[in-house]
Amino acid sequence: MALSEPETSENKARADRPRRVRGGLWKAASVLGSIVATMLGLLFVTFIIGRVMPVDPVISVIGERATAEQYQAAYQAMGLDKPLIVQFGVYLWDVLHFDFGMSLLNARPVAEDIARVFPATLELATVGIFIGIVLGVPLGVLAAVKRGSWIDQIARVLALVGYSMPIFWLGLVGLLVFYGILGWVGGPGRVGIFYVDVVPTVTGLILVDSLLDGNIAVFKDAFSHIILPASLLGYYSLAYISRMTRSFMLEQLSAEYITTARVKGMSEWNVIWGHAFRNIRVQLITVIALSYAGLLEGSVLTEIIFSWPGIGSYITTALLAADMNAVLGGTVVVGLVFILLNIFADLLYKFLDPRAE
Amino acid sequence: MNAMNRLLAGAAIGLAVAATGGGVFAETPPDMLVIANRIDDMTTLDPAQSFEFAGGDVLRNTTSNLVGFDPLDLEAGYQPDLAESWEVSEDGKTITFTMREGVKFHSGNPVRAEDAAWSLQRAVKLNKTPAFILTQFGFTPENVEEMIKADGNTVSITTDKKYATSFVLNCLTATIGSIVDKELLMQHETDGDMGNAWLANNDAGSGPYKLVSWKPSESVTLESYADYYGGEPAMKRVIVRHVAESATQRLLLERGDIDAARNLNPEDIQGVQGTDGIAVDDVLRGRIMYLGLNQNNEILAKPEVRQAFKYLVDYAGMQDSFLKGQYTIHQNFLPATYLGAVDENPFTYNIEKAKELLEQAGVTEATFEVGVRDAQERIEIAQSLQNAAAQVGITLNITVGTGKQILTRYRARELDIALEAWGPDYPDPNTNAGTFAYNPDNSLEAQNTGLLAWRIAWDPKDLTQKVEAAVQETDRDVRAQMYRDIQAEFREVSPFVMMFQQIEQLARDADLQGLSLGGAITGAAYWKVTK
Repeated sequence: MALSEPETSENKARADRPRRVRGGLWKAASVLGSIVATMLGLLFVTFIIGRVMPVDPVISVIGERATAEQYQAAYQAMGLDKPLIVQFGVYLWDVLHFDFGMSLLNARPVAEDIARVFPATLELATVGIFIGIVLGVPLGVLAAVKRGSWIDQIARVLALVGYSMPIFWLGLVGLLVFYGILGWVGGPGRVGIFYVDVVPTVTGLILVDSLLDGNIAVFKDAFSHIILPASLLGYYSLAYISRMTRSFMLEQLSAEYITTARVKGMSEWNVIWGHAFRNIRVQLITVIALSYAGLLEGSVLTEIIFSWPGIGSYITTALLAADMNAVLGGTVVVGLVFILLNIFADLLYKFLDPRAE
Repeated sequence: MNAMNRLLAGAAIGLAVAATGGGVFAETPPDMLVIANRIDDMTTLDPAQSFEFAGGDVLRNTTSNLVGFDPLDLEAGYQPDLAESWEVSEDGKTITFTMREGVKFHSGNPVRAEDAAWSLQRAVKLNKTPAFILTQFGFTPENVEEMIKADGNTVSITTDKKYATSFVLNCLTATIGSIVDKELLMQHETDGDMGNAWLANNDAGSGPYKLVSWKPSESVTLESYADYYGGEPAMKRVIVRHVAESATQRLLLERGDIDAARNLNPEDIQGVQGTDGIAVDDVLRGRIMYLGLNQNNEILAKPEVRQAFKYLVDYAGMQDSFLKGQYTIHQNFLPATYLGAVDENPFTYNIEKAKELLEQAGVTEATFEVGVRDAQERIEIAQSLQNAAAQVGITLNITVGTGKQILTRYRARELDIALEAWGPDYPDPNTNAGTFAYNPDNSLEAQNTGLLAWRIAWDPKDLTQKVEAAVQETDRDVRAQMYRDIQAEFREVSPFVMMFQQIEQLARDADLQGLSLGGAITGAAYWKVTK
């Protein structure tokens, strides 16, 4: 019978290390695998939908008056004469080299277009979600704590209106009141005509670029333009976030540990924020991440009403014109954003709740 | 919870205060023109390739042609532009242009006869969609250097046969006739494309404005060209902003953040009419709205059925209701203001007459598919037609799709009835006569998808020859009469139901003067604008 090493916690940890490393690597590989599989699936489905749509991409490029000869030349130049799977393979190879192809509509690299439109959406969505969080979370907590009170009723009505009001209507009314009548905010577009191309593009986020350039006038103008559409998007996020916060908080507030805490004489502030709220953070992150991802997709109607050159209207315009390179490029970016936000939310879970594995 | 209340109130007040920080201006500067328009159809700024309205507007201001139009007197027809004068040879096949001296491109390079000849040769060699405007004169990539030649300060253009001089010159006013900077473009040539890829997003012209930037679906910014041969324009900067929504355009105009709005719907036009400081102009445009009845359908091929459809359209009813201010009744293929245009509109909404014609054809009931693009006014026209047709036993199934979807099926001859619009390509009557009433080979194999008559499988028979003859007639008056005759015959025999001609309603700052949208024949011009 062989003598075995005595079992100590140190030895156990040492013995577990390779297993943990292997486990970690396995997890990283599985995450990476799921990202690749998701992206491939996304690309494939979008590609196939784009190709089977009853829209002719050749006409988009050459116009409806082209001759049959010009049509054939463009058809071949675009590689549409090749089998579908070959077309997809070629596209995939290019994407792997960070080449999304040229936009069929404006003859520019799709990557260049996306670099222009995505920051616009990112800026709008970030300000929007910030408003949604700053107002929505406290409102939800307050509604839960004051359940059944007039505050709760107001929060409910606010959320209900947010859910049910068509965004284009609210956008137009907002523009009419705050821009048209009161003149409190800037009009459609990202900046006023006086500030177009005034600050150099560094990040594509005008608020940031104007600060980097030290140009406060542009910052103020850009802020006056973004505040209305961002508030609108923020309101829609607020409606969702506040209702979910309320629901999560109600669940916690009825738990026995809250009663115990109160019996022990803990302050109400501490009970709500130190205990109940602390326990809903993980769920709240999921809600916020989903809201943010939704905004980053680009809110097409908001972008149209406010003439906001974002990725939502970019993809929509491209789709209607059968500009599949642009559609696919935009889809890849939106897909990546979803995946990255999910990973980020996962990391936050682990940070906030070490039990989450 | 007081803290909560304070937090909420503070956040709301903070937002309100911050929002008021970036003030807005009440009007645009006196030397700046700001226009709201839908410009998401722009695909390129190469005049050899550009074939959409928004692109044509930009190029009209950044480039010059051998001949062009005076924006303030479009009725006068073509005028000298980069060519100071021209002469026509005795056989009528060669036109020799003498170039204006001392003109420079935006790059600083001189505009030479060599540039003019090269620009036209380039357009033929590139053979992009609008190339047919030039190649219809017999130019091919192989022969074009022989047919279009520079010699010193002159450029000669020799056509394959004798054409009406007005026809050739009218075509040279089109966007594809723009003269571009050879030296500059050859510096940016890749793979023998004569600068086509580079020019898609850049400027190589000598027009009154220089291109500053084009951000697709966002804006186009132009800057006045100080050395323009006609004098620097009063508006030093022109910004055309893409604003898709009519209501948004209206708000911008009423707030004074733009000088002109080009896409207000009838409700918004009505809303701004009578507003202090805002004027509305009605401009007749070239677009014609029509129905095309597919002749591959046996029922629609009956002459009486074709005629019946002409009585099933409630022309006046639609013009005076949902099309008010947007379209006017026009039952001919040449838009009003074109050479040979007529204003005879003999068909009226007459259900009894339609019923009578259908009875003569032995048709008591039938079902057809109508393809319609997803534009509100077109859908409403289709619905109006559907109601009228139902009264005579005809069921119309309306298929609504995007422009590309409907067009794809129309070009494939798949639609029974196409409710479509057509805009002329160049300011000569042949542009419409050559597509509505001309179809030399109606076979499926011919694939003449560019011809509307082919798309509905219609052989216009003798009209094809009459169109060919009209294009060679050098006497202007005789030529005009020929088009009138062609249209009279077309109205009676064709399977096209011509309905309306477009009106563009321009809402503008009342102080803004001289903004020409180009009427039915050309693009918008900004260089005569004053405030």
